[in-house]
Amino acid sequence: MIFATSRSAFARASAIRASAFAPRFASTLTIIEHADGAILPSTFKTLTAASQIGGPVTALVAGSTAPAVATEVAKIPGIEKVLVASNGAYDKGLAENFSDLIASTVKDGGFSHVLVSSSAFGKNVLPRVGATLDVQPISDIIKVAGEDTFVRPIYAGNVIATIKSTDPVKLVTVRSSAFEAAPAPSSGSAAVENVANDPNTPSPTEWISEAIAKSERPDLGSASKVVSGGRGLANKENFDKVIFPFADAIGAAVGASRAAVDSGFADNSLQVGQTGKVVAPELYIAVGISGAIQHLAGMKDSKTIVAINKDPEAPIFQVADYGLVEDLFKAVPDLTEQLKK
Amino acid sequence: MSLRIVVPVKRVIDAAVKPRIKNGAIDMTGVKTSINPFCDIALEEAVRLREGSKGLVANIHAVSVGPEKAQDVLRQALAKGADNSTLINTGKEELEPLAIAKLLKSVVDKDGANLVLLGKQAIDDDSNQTGQILAGLLKWPQATNASKIVIEGDKVTVTREIDGGEETIAAKLPLVITADLRLNEPRYATLPNIMKAKKKPLTKIALKDAGVDTKPRLQTVSVEYPPTREAGSILGSTQELVEKLKAASLV
Repeated sequence: MIFATSRSAFARASAIRASAFAPRFASTLTIIEHADGAILPSTFKTLTAASQIGGPVTALVAGSTAPAVATEVAKIPGIEKVLVASNGAYDKGLAENFSDLIASTVKDGGFSHVLVSSSAFGKNVLPRVGATLDVQPISDIIKVAGEDTFVRPIYAGNVIATIKSTDPVKLVTVRSSAFEAAPAPSSGSAAVENVANDPNTPSPTEWISEAIAKSERPDLGSASKVVSGGRGLANKENFDKVIFPFADAIGAAVGASRAAVDSGFADNSLQVGQTGKVVAPELYIAVGISGAIQHLAGMKDSKTIVAINKDPEAPIFQVADYGLVEDLFKAVPDLTEQLKK
Repeated sequence: MSLRIVVPVKRVIDAAVKPRIKNGAIDMTGVKTSINPFCDIALEEAVRLREGSKGLVANIHAVSVGPEKAQDVLRQALAKGADNSTLINTGKEELEPLAIAKLLKSVVDKDGANLVLLGKQAIDDDSNQTGQILAGLLKWPQATNASKIVIEGDKVTVTREIDGGEETIAAKLPLVITADLRLNEPRYATLPNIMKAKKKPLTKIALKDAGVDTKPRLQTVSVEYPPTREAGSILGSTQELVEKLKAASLV
C-alpha cells in the first residue's frame, strides 16, 4: 500500500515535471534591421536561421518608417506575423529603449526565441535583453542544430562549439555569412499588427551624429567578391592606387587587415577579421596580408581564396586555393590590366 | 564629478596561440596566457583619464572573475596603473557572461562606482556580451565599441565603431563603456611599476562567498576543430591566375 502510494506520488511528480519541462512549441521573433526604408541584407540571412528553428516566425519592425517597411516584410514568404512599433525613438537603434521593446514584446507574445543579426546593432542590443529577461544570450551562431542547440565559432574561429541552451527564451545573434538569404518580398501575406505594448522607455543616451564611409562599391558584408589589402601596401597612397582599381576591375568590395586599418591605410569599417567584419564571399583576394589568425577568422569560409604575397612562408598560403608569390606592386597592376573589361 | 572606475580584466589564451582540444575541452595546460587585449585597452583608457585631467579619477579598481592564476593579470593591471584589485576566484569553473555580469554588478554596487570600462569582447569565447548585460543589470546607459571617449563634467561623449563607419552618442554618468581596438595603444608595465604593484591591494573572494547565482544556462555539447581547407596551389604567373579565375567563372 505504502509502495503503491509512493508510486502514484512519483507518477504524479513526474507528470508535473514533464509538463513543466515539456518543450513548448517554438515561436521565433526576428528583429528586422532596416535603413532608408530598405530591409538590410543581413536580416534576410537571419530570417533563414529563424525558419530553421521550426516554429512560426514573427518579425518586429521598429522606427518612424516601420509601417512602410512592415508592408514589405509582410510579403516575405514564411513570415506569419509582423509586429510594428511605429516610433521615431527607435530610429537610431539605441540599446536602452530598443532592448526594453524587445523584452516586452517577448513577454507579451510568449516567444521562445529571439533572433537578430550579429551586426553592430544586434550585438549591442540583444545582450541587454538578456539582462532584463535573466537569460544567457548566444552570440554569432553559424548553424541551427535544433530548437535549443546552436553551433558557434570561438577562439577566433579556431574552435567550433555546439551549445545547448536551458533558458526558457533563447536570445540568439546570427552570423550573416553562414546562412543563405531568405526569399525576397513576393507572395507572402503576413498579418501586420502594432506591438501590444510599446514601453517607449526614454533613452538615457543621446544620439549625436554618424559618419558612414560612402562608397560606390559593393557592401563588404554581402559582396560576392572581396579584395583586401594588408600591411604589404606600406601606405595609404599605395592602398588607394593598387587595391581600389583592382577591386573595381572585378566588381569587388574592398576589405583590409587590422594592420592596414591601424596604420591608417584604410577606413575602420573595412576591417575583416575576428574584431571586424566576417565575410564569406565567392572570391576573396588577400593582397599583402600575412594571414594572422585574427584575420583568418574573418575570411576563411570564403569559397575561393587567392593570396598575393612576396613571402612564401606567409600563413595565408596555408588557406589559399591559389597563391602567387610575387611583389604585389607588380602583380596587382598586372592583374588589373588583364581583368579590365 | 570624480570618477570611480571599475575595469574588469580577463585572463585568456594569448592571441597568437592556436588553441588545442583535448578530451572534449580546450587544453589549458602549459599554454601561454595574457590579459585579454580589449581589457588591456579598457584599462589603458582608465589610466589615461587619470593622467589627462588632474583629480578626475578617484579610483581604478581592476576586477577579474576567473581561476586563481588570474591574479597574474590583476598584478599586471596594478602595474599599469590600477589602484586596487579583486579576484573572484571561480576555480576550474568557466562562467558565462550573464553570471560574470552579475558578479561585476555586486562589485560596482559595493564600490559606488560610476564608470565601468570593459573590453568589447574576450578573444576566447568571442561573446561580446558582458558589458551590455552589466549595463542592463545596473540599468545604466551603455556605449559599446568605443573608439573615443570625452568626459566633460558628468557628460560623456563616446564615438562608437558601427557597421559602415562610426557614430557619436552622449550620456550622463554612471555609464558602461566597452573598448574597441582603436581606442588607444596600451602601455607596457615598467619594472619599477611591476615592483610597486606587488604592494597594491589584491582582494580574493571565493565564488561561493560572492552571493550571486552563477548557475550555467548553457551546456557545451561539443568542441571541435573547424573543417580544414584543402591545400591549394602556388601559381607561376598572373596570367595563370587569371586563367584559373576565368575557368571557375569567378571573374
